[in-house]
Amino acid sequence: MKESLSATGPFLNEPLLWEKGKKGRCGFSLPRRDVEPCPLDEELMGEGPDFPDLSELDVVRHYTRLAQWNFGVDTGMYPLGSCTMKYSPKTNEKQASLPGFTGAHPLLPSGLSQGALKMMFEFEQYLNEITGMHATTLQPAAGAHGELTGMLMICAYHKKQGKQRSKIIVPDTAHGTNPASVSLCGFRPVPVTSNEQGILSVEAVSEIMDQDTAGIMVTNPNTLGLFEENIQKIAQIVHDKGGLVYCDGANMNAVMGVVKMGDIGIDVMQLNLHKTFSTPHGGGGPGSGPVSVAKHLEPFLPVPRVVEENGAYILAKDYPDSIGKISAFHGAFGVIIKAYSYIRRMGPENLKKASQLAVLNANYIKEMLKETLHLPYDRPCMHECVFSDKHQAAHKVATLDMAKRLMDYGFHPPTIYFPLVVPGAIMVEPTETESKETIDQFIEAFKAIVNEAVENPDLLHDAPKSCKVKRLDEVTAARKPCLAG
Amino acid sequence: MKEISEIHLPDDVRYAQDHEWVRLEKDKIRVGLDDYAQDQLGDIVFVELPQVGDTFKQGEEFATVESVKAVCECYLPVSGKIIAVNTALEESPELVNDSPYGDGWFVEVNPGNLSEMENLMTHDACLEKLKGAE
Amino acid sequence: MIYLPHTHEDIVSMLQVLGVDKLDDLFSTVPEDCRFNGDLNLPEALSEWELNHHMSTLSHTMAVSPEYKVFLGAGSYEHFIPASVSYLLGRSEFVTSYTPYQPEMSQGTLQAIYEYQTLAARLLGMEVATASHYDGATALAEALLMAVRITKRKKVAISSLIHPLYRRVVQTYFEPAGYEVVELPYLNTGVTDATGLDEMDDLAAVAIQSPNFFGCIENLQALGQKTHDTKALFVVSFTEALAYGLLKNPGSQGADIVGGEGQSLGIPRSFGGPALGMLASSKKHMRSLPGRLVGKTKDLDGKTGFVLTLATREQHIRREKATSNICTNNSLCALAAAMYMASVGGTGIRKLSQLNHDKAEYLKKELKKAGFTITFDSPTFNEFVVEFPSGFEANHKHLLEKKIIAGLCLAPYYPELANHYLLCVTETRSKDDMDALVREVKS
Repeated sequence: MKESLSATGPFLNEPLLWEKGKKGRCGFSLPRRDVEPCPLDEELMGEGPDFPDLSELDVVRHYTRLAQWNFGVDTGMYPLGSCTMKYSPKTNEKQASLPGFTGAHPLLPSGLSQGALKMMFEFEQYLNEITGMHATTLQPAAGAHGELTGMLMICAYHKKQGKQRSKIIVPDTAHGTNPASVSLCGFRPVPVTSNEQGILSVEAVSEIMDQDTAGIMVTNPNTLGLFEENIQKIAQIVHDKGGLVYCDGANMNAVMGVVKMGDIGIDVMQLNLHKTFSTPHGGGGPGSGPVSVAKHLEPFLPVPRVVEENGAYILAKDYPDSIGKISAFHGAFGVIIKAYSYIRRMGPENLKKASQLAVLNANYIKEMLKETLHLPYDRPCMHECVFSDKHQAAHKVATLDMAKRLMDYGFHPPTIYFPLVVPGAIMVEPTETESKETIDQFIEAFKAIVNEAVENPDLLHDAPKSCKVKRLDEVTAARKPCLAG
Repeated sequence: MKEISEIHLPDDVRYAQDHEWVRLEKDKIRVGLDDYAQDQLGDIVFVELPQVGDTFKQGEEFATVESVKAVCECYLPVSGKIIAVNTALEESPELVNDSPYGDGWFVEVNPGNLSEMENLMTHDACLEKLKGAE
Repeated sequence: MIYLPHTHEDIVSMLQVLGVDKLDDLFSTVPEDCRFNGDLNLPEALSEWELNHHMSTLSHTMAVSPEYKVFLGAGSYEHFIPASVSYLLGRSEFVTSYTPYQPEMSQGTLQAIYEYQTLAARLLGMEVATASHYDGATALAEALLMAVRITKRKKVAISSLIHPLYRRVVQTYFEPAGYEVVELPYLNTGVTDATGLDEMDDLAAVAIQSPNFFGCIENLQALGQKTHDTKALFVVSFTEALAYGLLKNPGSQGADIVGGEGQSLGIPRSFGGPALGMLASSKKHMRSLPGRLVGKTKDLDGKTGFVLTLATREQHIRREKATSNICTNNSLCALAAAMYMASVGGTGIRKLSQLNHDKAEYLKKELKKAGFTITFDSPTFNEFVVEFPSGFEANHKHLLEKKIIAGLCLAPYYPELANHYLLCVTETRSKDDMDALVREVKS
């Protein structure tokens, strides 16, 4: 390997906002006052918040410096398993910042918001097509929010049937949001163990499925990056006992144009626009988690719904079986614009290509690193693969150490310690937007690190060295939380 | 993390399956978390204890222990009523790591049925179990 | 395709490493009967230039400033956003990074969110604020669920003057768990009627919005007192965050938990989302808070750094026992709010809120002069309800043609207020705009 990707600085220090500024400064151009002052009753007046007074340059320098301490997809490869950190096309940002969209009030009369309503209507159709489902809601503001929406609909469905069921089956490989969403709805999550191949077995589900189980929550492909091969039979078992099948669609990036979830027994699923559909992660959000459903669940979708009437689009509210509302307005519209733009730019062939190349990249990494790192499931993976730190235990090096050392090589670490079924898990999802050269660099970096683990493990224990800070004292942060300045 | 041989398992307590320990002190019971559990959890950041006066059956969840990245539920090894809680753990949860059988105690219990102690493990039985699990 | 970097040679060489011939072979683990063998029925790919044209056309159908004068509030507010904020928010290190689970590489996001938490807590007068939630409605729902968890009671009372769509979301969240929601009526002064609280002793929380949906300022201190008398927690909500630049903040009035909307703080309306759910509480209830929290700490060299903390509350550790299921929050929106609050500043926000207030008061006064009735006589901030004569809908439509949106008709939300409209004025409406509105409604 030639020069490492990672160099040093300029990491300028930058104090907290309230450690800067001077009283009387302002970074906001106050609009002209064209009305008389109107003093309020003393009783109602507060003191105003204790904000610092900063000039525009104070603010610009502050955030410019902070940005330089960060690492984004635009900086380098971000192989976080389960997150689909693909490249966010800049044209999407441009579309989302068009004044006609940013300035729009959500309760505009529909005649004055046709562009937005048309886009939402069309986008729902696109998602129906990609998922193979019948209808979609764009209201949930994130994946977990979509999971909750799906669970609420399952609950409403059973209530309408006159039965109140109390359980939902959740695989041991499930993302934490799954059992959490289940609980929020008043269901009890019942675990089911995956088999030695890392997927759900028909027998295991059959054993626990009963008339008191509202359904099952699967992730397909699952969090080990494997396709749930038995999904159709499992869905049958659940359906036979009157249950429904929820699919966590977080891993949809593996199968666009290859599998239609609605055709393989799924009744309801959420998509993560900030994963599969390229909208940027924003340091933790905003995302968007539309939910697509089969026909029998359509009556329960949140309101209002965009419908076409005489060539125009309106928001319809008259759905008596709807679960109600899950967001104040229509969902994360500004995020939806970006995903819509992405689908329009990619078109059907490229969406399928994206999935194929995502799977190609992941399998390539798996093949190239399987002699280096322990591979618990040596079988073809989908868009992500899972390694573990088993080989490094002898040198007292753990997954965490390897992850921290990757930063010194200029890569964001993969997802670590998830899924829980693999101790010391390292989940790598390259996505299709990483080139072969970048992936080869990543492979070389990991090989170098595994070598260091044998020859000089302290390099890993002390890592990272080239970031803004070294490893942080998370123990004190949790014992004596300091959450505000 | 410690080797099995390094785990401290004193003789004056009995051990539950989930790594709680129980010490009989005259007519009350003192309960805490054993050395193996605190070692596995790592630096303890928070302990959630019940209120004085709460009652629990044997095996019922009565406390939770948190490290930075994990949560561990604790189950009362002997049924009874809580008569004292170790309020020092609020400021200093690290006492559980530093002195699991001493200052890191969790609760004192007025036991409902002392014969339940016979179901608990001795030092030897506990050590065997840990070795077996390796 | 410009986002797919693989050349034909790349693909061939990688397939060779895998020992297969074509991309389709990579899907051998997908059973035949699960495969979709057709083509997705989606429109053909557009070039970047065709997309620009397509989206531009769609956006031009929307009724926005400056062409339209929109006097609508009701949970979504038009405020000026400094160019510096939009510019800084475009930094791709903020935009394209992930949740800061690897803190060493994410100090930018972490310090920025710590600063947001601090400024949010100061704005609301509370001790701890979370890193953000989806919107005001879900923040309120989470605040109420938090109160249920803390008090172990299963019933909440919410004012009927909380935003109707927020109340709908709360009902949706509460429905499956079987918790009860009762609504408190309102008085003819336009504020909540809390007399019913005297009879209730089994409440987890009482929730009040101030300024409320009618724009009226509630007497939070008195309501808080009444709430605490029932041993319930006092939850305060809001839709117009700028109000606290001027008015007494919820913390100073006894709020235990605050859950509201921060969109006014530098976030464009964007047809309702993404928004900014703001949630805050006292330190006492910190460990029951849902959502992410950033804490200050030190690194191995003793340098100050920031890290996500108290994570054991969250789904990825606590799973079904988590305080919520939230994973993704609205981090970039929180960042926008922090940048905005930093730009406006402590001195600036007083002036800005006062200006907002005064502009709305001007319109109120002018409408009164023109002979219209201001429905409620409680003091208001930015929004107020005016009674228009019956048959005003036709007039309202006529005004749309003149590119004036004269408020929100309350009939669908409060049938007893059929001819009443909720008008909103912020610093973005000029005196001329308001004079034009008054002229047009008079005729």
